Amino acid sequence: MNMQTTIAGVTFQNPVMTASGTFGSGMEYAEFVDLNRLGAVVTKGVANVPWTGNPTPRVAEVYGGMLNAIGLQNPGIDVFMERDIPFLKQYDTKVIVNVCGKTVEDYVEVVERLGDEPAVAMLEINVSCPNVKEGAIAFGQRADALFGITEEIKKHAKQPVIMKLSPNVTDITEMAKAAEAAGADALSLINTITGMKIDIHRRKFAIANKTGGMSGPAIKPIAVRMVYQTAQAVQIPIIGMGGIATAEDAIEFLLAGASAVSIGAMNFVNPYTTIEVIDGIEAYLKQYGIENVTDLIGAVEA
Amino acid sequence: MKEKQTAKVLSQREIAPQIYDMWIETSLAAQAKPGQFICVYPKDRSTLLPRPISICEVRDREALRIVYRVAGQGTKEFSAYEEGETIDILGTLGNGFPTEWAQGKKVFLMGGGIGVPPILELAKTLAGKANDIQIIVGYRDSATFLRDDFEKYGTVYIATEDGSVGTKGNVMDAITANSLEADVIYACGPMPMLRAIKKYAERVQIPAYISLEEHMACGVGACLGCVVKTKELDHHSHVYNARICTDGPVFEAKEVEI
Repeated sequence: MNMQTTIAGVTFQNPVMTASGTFGSGMEYAEFVDLNRLGAVVTKGVANVPWTGNPTPRVAEVYGGMLNAIGLQNPGIDVFMERDIPFLKQYDTKVIVNVCGKTVEDYVEVVERLGDEPAVAMLEINVSCPNVKEGAIAFGQRADALFGITEEIKKHAKQPVIMKLSPNVTDITEMAKAAEAAGADALSLINTITGMKIDIHRRKFAIANKTGGMSGPAIKPIAVRMVYQTAQAVQIPIIGMGGIATAEDAIEFLLAGASAVSIGAMNFVNPYTTIEVIDGIEAYLKQYGIENVTDLIGAVEA
Repeated sequence: MKEKQTAKVLSQREIAPQIYDMWIETSLAAQAKPGQFICVYPKDRSTLLPRPISICEVRDREALRIVYRVAGQGTKEFSAYEEGETIDILGTLGNGFPTEWAQGKKVFLMGGGIGVPPILELAKTLAGKANDIQIIVGYRDSATFLRDDFEKYGTVYIATEDGSVGTKGNVMDAITANSLEADVIYACGPMPMLRAIKKYAERVQIPAYISLEEHMACGVGACLGCVVKTKELDHHSHVYNARICTDGPVFEAKEVEI
């Protein structure tokens, strides 16, 4: 039985990763999870300088999920290189660094800083955070803007580039095709879905930012649909995510066309989710006598 | 070491309207410190996130007491649990109160509303260490839960909003009415109370250690949901935002902007 999956020439020991922003750089979860067992750690977004993030409350619960508007609080690339990279190097797992920025120059600066770091296997470009007013999402909701930033980042990146797509668009396949045409090596989807919650007793928004990104099991069917549509539209590999709580959920994404999957909000609910999903996929392969996990990719039948 | 466990409910009763008192059997009790908290997970998967609840009391390194208010669907579910029910918890979380500063000192232990419970284990821990334990607790009305427990560990002063018991008003009014003084303050309660304590501590030039609350998702420092503005650069993000779950929930009042 072979759990390995390959994306843009990078081979992962299994297809289970962490979704950016739900796992820090792994430090906080190393107490619960053997990071050596993960397919990859996808880090919290890192910018060229520290970002303060949004006012609180930043999180709220909604039916079957949650809203967040953290606003990409992060220490910036200097601290990240000094502290987070050496921490992650101790582990036998692949590292994918999520990169955020307000301008194209911001992104390029971070991408260049990471270029000479062999511990970084891939870059994931966050052009889809719904909680930051400048930059970020502006690049992820217009196909021409997405094409432009992808092309520019590809000129500077030494590692393969994953563009993380927003579901908050009319047609995600248009965005996927634009990223592919601009040279993206892979796609990850979906980022959170913009939502809102109102506290009727206080007559206030549950989140200080008013809107927040929705994640959790309630969004999974939307994510599976978007992964399937995107897989039909592009040739480049897809990392699928959105509400994965169990191995069964993860296998749905693989069958829909994802080459790997990420666990996000469910890390907060059950810190052992990643490991349980890995074990569960193995058990599924065994149950059906499937040799390679890659045999599942896009194997849904009409 | 933090751990997620399935614990067993030993007992539960309603000790004031909508205030529940639950004892659970868990090995996490062996590491629990006053001011720390646990995350409690509802079984109903529509309510996904853990509920952070303070530790009220620790017994024989094998049981924890939590006293909480029914505030929504999750806590409503917990309130229906009876003896023998299982309950998923994550703990122990946060740093707790720095009790070393109370050694030989005259202390105020202040609790307000649903911030009262963590003061109990603190009072128990400081008994015999602090020189003079003055417990000042504020309630809405005559439902002065945990009062009998507090009597065992110090001199208790009560404030009630409706004036039905003790001083009419809040915990600060109780300090004035009884002409109380201290060398150090430990407190947990609603934000207006903590702001008043921060101001008071600055005026009389004594340290105050206050326990903060904020909406949380992970409880372990990863999601960056529960931050508070700080005076000094925080060690995680370097943006003057400390994480209440892991850097707190107890902070020295002068270190935070509330």
